[in-house]
Amino acid sequence: MKYDVAIIGAGVTGSAIARELSRYNANVCVIEREEDVCSGTSKANSAIVHAGFDAVPGTVKALMNVQGNEMMDKLCEDLDVPFNRNGAFVVCTKNQDRSALDTLYKRGIENGVKDLKILERDELIKMEPNLADDVTCALYAPTSGIICPFNLTIALAENANENGVDFFLNTEVKDIKKENDSFIIKTNADDIEAKAVVNAAGVYADAISHMVSSTKMEIIARRGQYMLLDKTAGTHVSHTIFQLPSEMGKGVLVSPTIHGNLLVGPTAEDVPNKEGLNTTGDGLGSLAPLSALSVKDVPYRQVITSFAGLRAHEVNDDFIIGEDEDTKGFYQAAGIESPGLSSAPAIGVALAGEIARKEGFAKKDNFKETRKGILNPATLSLEERNELIKKNPAYGTIICRCEMITEGEIIDAIKRPLGARSLDAVKRRTRAGMGRCQSGFCSPRTMEIISRECNIPMEEISKHGKGSEFIVGINKEV
Amino acid sequence: MLNYDIVIIGGGPAGLAAAISAKDSGVDSILILERDKELGGILNQCIHNGFGLHTFKEELTGPEYAGRFIEQVYDRNIEYKLNTMVMDISSDKVVTAMNRTDGMIQIQAKAVILAMGCRERSRGALNIPGYRPAGIYSAGTAQRLVNREGFMPGKEVVILGSGDIGLIMARRMTLEGAKVKVVAELMPYSGGLKRNIVQCLEDFGIPLKLSHTVVDIEGRDRVKAVTIAKVDSNNKPIPGTEERYECDTLLLSCGLLPENELSKSAGVDLSMVTNGPVVNDSLETNVPGIFACGNVLHVHDLVDYVSEEATTAGKNASDYIRNTASASSDKQVKINTECGVRYSVPVFVRPDKMNDKLTVRFRVGNVYKNVNLCVYANDTLLMKLPKKVMAPGEMEQVILLKSKLNEIADLNTITIKIEEA
Repeated sequence: MKYDVAIIGAGVTGSAIARELSRYNANVCVIEREEDVCSGTSKANSAIVHAGFDAVPGTVKALMNVQGNEMMDKLCEDLDVPFNRNGAFVVCTKNQDRSALDTLYKRGIENGVKDLKILERDELIKMEPNLADDVTCALYAPTSGIICPFNLTIALAENANENGVDFFLNTEVKDIKKENDSFIIKTNADDIEAKAVVNAAGVYADAISHMVSSTKMEIIARRGQYMLLDKTAGTHVSHTIFQLPSEMGKGVLVSPTIHGNLLVGPTAEDVPNKEGLNTTGDGLGSLAPLSALSVKDVPYRQVITSFAGLRAHEVNDDFIIGEDEDTKGFYQAAGIESPGLSSAPAIGVALAGEIARKEGFAKKDNFKETRKGILNPATLSLEERNELIKKNPAYGTIICRCEMITEGEIIDAIKRPLGARSLDAVKRRTRAGMGRCQSGFCSPRTMEIISRECNIPMEEISKHGKGSEFIVGINKEV
Repeated sequence: MLNYDIVIIGGGPAGLAAAISAKDSGVDSILILERDKELGGILNQCIHNGFGLHTFKEELTGPEYAGRFIEQVYDRNIEYKLNTMVMDISSDKVVTAMNRTDGMIQIQAKAVILAMGCRERSRGALNIPGYRPAGIYSAGTAQRLVNREGFMPGKEVVILGSGDIGLIMARRMTLEGAKVKVVAELMPYSGGLKRNIVQCLEDFGIPLKLSHTVVDIEGRDRVKAVTIAKVDSNNKPIPGTEERYECDTLLLSCGLLPENELSKSAGVDLSMVTNGPVVNDSLETNVPGIFACGNVLHVHDLVDYVSEEATTAGKNASDYIRNTASASSDKQVKINTECGVRYSVPVFVRPDKMNDKLTVRFRVGNVYKNVNLCVYANDTLLMKLPKKVMAPGEMEQVILLKSKLNEIADLNTITIKIEEA
């Protein structure tokens, strides 16, 4: 198989680059070791579109963040992805130095962040009554937003796929060799040949880079643990509440999610294991006291799940984007930690533009700019919903009772481009299993639907691909 | 808009008994809405026996027990809709529901009986640290896979929580060929029935470790091992007491939560203790004409009591419709629960309107031995029942007599508490 460009990694960065490259007349593929897109860092993070006051002015991070943030409205409209600029506060408490807020403010202005303001407690408390009693003032960033990282990544990948990009899932890159003017990518499946390679491999970007380039790179997996609360707690705050960075770290955020839950986290721990997605008693235990510094009375009785994600932290603390200095045709999109989700649209445009220019790709005239998401019947009126059920009765059967997800939505998730094959993949596309019972009731039914629609035996239905099957056999025969 | 006198949300044991009782009390216009493909609710997956000892003086399986009530529903030609999900209940009792054939329907009810049952506490709600691989199931999900679909969810099993479903599943998994290595229970006592400890664990040599919890789950794709540790008196794991069990499955049986999202949408007040509606002696909620029974009201230990309670709810709902019982304006007396008694159902009693005999059900918060269960009306001791043992896993009850309560001048509180013998 021969491609003009092979992108390694189908996270939000790889998918954004793929979509931007699909604007050009070029053969592009994405290689992903997991069974679905959005299976690494992109699936477990704070789900925030940052305003851009955090990054040091002049860094790639600062540039990409502010650009990415500005691009988000149009992108989300084109790709049918819900996005809400709910605004963010960075709060300063009694015992903290408020000059640090001024520093952030100035940094934001220098980065080009719009509408930043510093607000005092009396004004703050009107906007956010559950702020901790010790909060004295805050930096207000109205351009900060919340988004579903699954939705965004999957939408980018689907749109890229519809525009001709091939996705090789369950395909792990084992080695890369440069031969003449092209790269031979060895995988656990067939070799893939490409004239250009993009390294968007998240926490493994250093290992991928070292396969072919002598440029030194070190990516550290920095774990963040989170707790997600039930929708009944989702209005505890309406803005994203950050804490003032201190020697103790960036602190934890408390934020509503785009789906109406409440999210608290993350911790920040460097872990030696790049598969170290486990939560720990200490980590989860630290969230309640930490969050109390900025937000009071978080109803932790309403926690429905906890999870951990790994940030791809580059030791020099900046994104590495562009053609590798050592190896021509090898393009880096590495060290993409926070604000990676916010920056992805900008990284996609920047890197795809650079590749197209250097590789001589011309724009195609039939690029399909828009993509329709999975229909959410809950947004329809009673009459519209009745029409829908008449046309397709699967929309009349609720499978996930907590999130009220219908069979129709699950079938859509399975049948669309890059369709779901596992329960986690269905969950990320539809939210089935993401509610308060955490798939206790719906998992056997979702398994049946995947089995039926894809003609896969029940024993092969998995949580997230091979090795994570649910069923080990039939009764009395294990 | 459809119109029914009584709409019953849920066709499990509570909904069925409520429907039968309402019909027998003279209401003809009744509709049961059931989200599953058949009537019977969770009993359909409870294929073990032991149901109905009180009601039928027989040891029935879950499906058999449900079957007896389903037959009565058929005999009475009570209407029901299967595969029908209730999406919303409004405070003026408009029920919005959906299924494949009718689409979205709206039903104006004169009375609504909530009988939605409960759900299991999930791993996430328990904050168990570790990886998130396949192989972690709530006991009820595993029960459905094994008993209804014939699929084994694992071969080597650790169970956290000694709730009844977990105990039953320890036995079932063993009978189906799996090895259950240990049952860990956070509390110093079991959350399940004594008879289940004996019949499901002891008879099969499965160890029960009290005051233990899961502190780690290993395995990226499928569970590889589970580590449990002893906990101190604050339920915090004690370092150094960890024991690692290699296994491919972790079952969770750590409590049931009444499923009251619909109740909330109707404006029903919920108890912080039971997570179920706050009801008066007629099992009516704060919303006039909305009644509750079964596990949506509070989690029961035996289905016999669910049926009994639901029968009362059905009768009271029909009385409500025929206006023989009005609700909110009546004088209500609160039942206070203290000294080890966690809650009571009902919470409010109407001394003028109550039935001659009222069964008050509750659970205790710890294991108590050789104590007196005392009931006071104001400061007057109404009854003092010597109890050899009371445990959180078993539901308790006292019977209040209308005649006795009406003897008390200016009755303003009823108190149920445990006193030392």
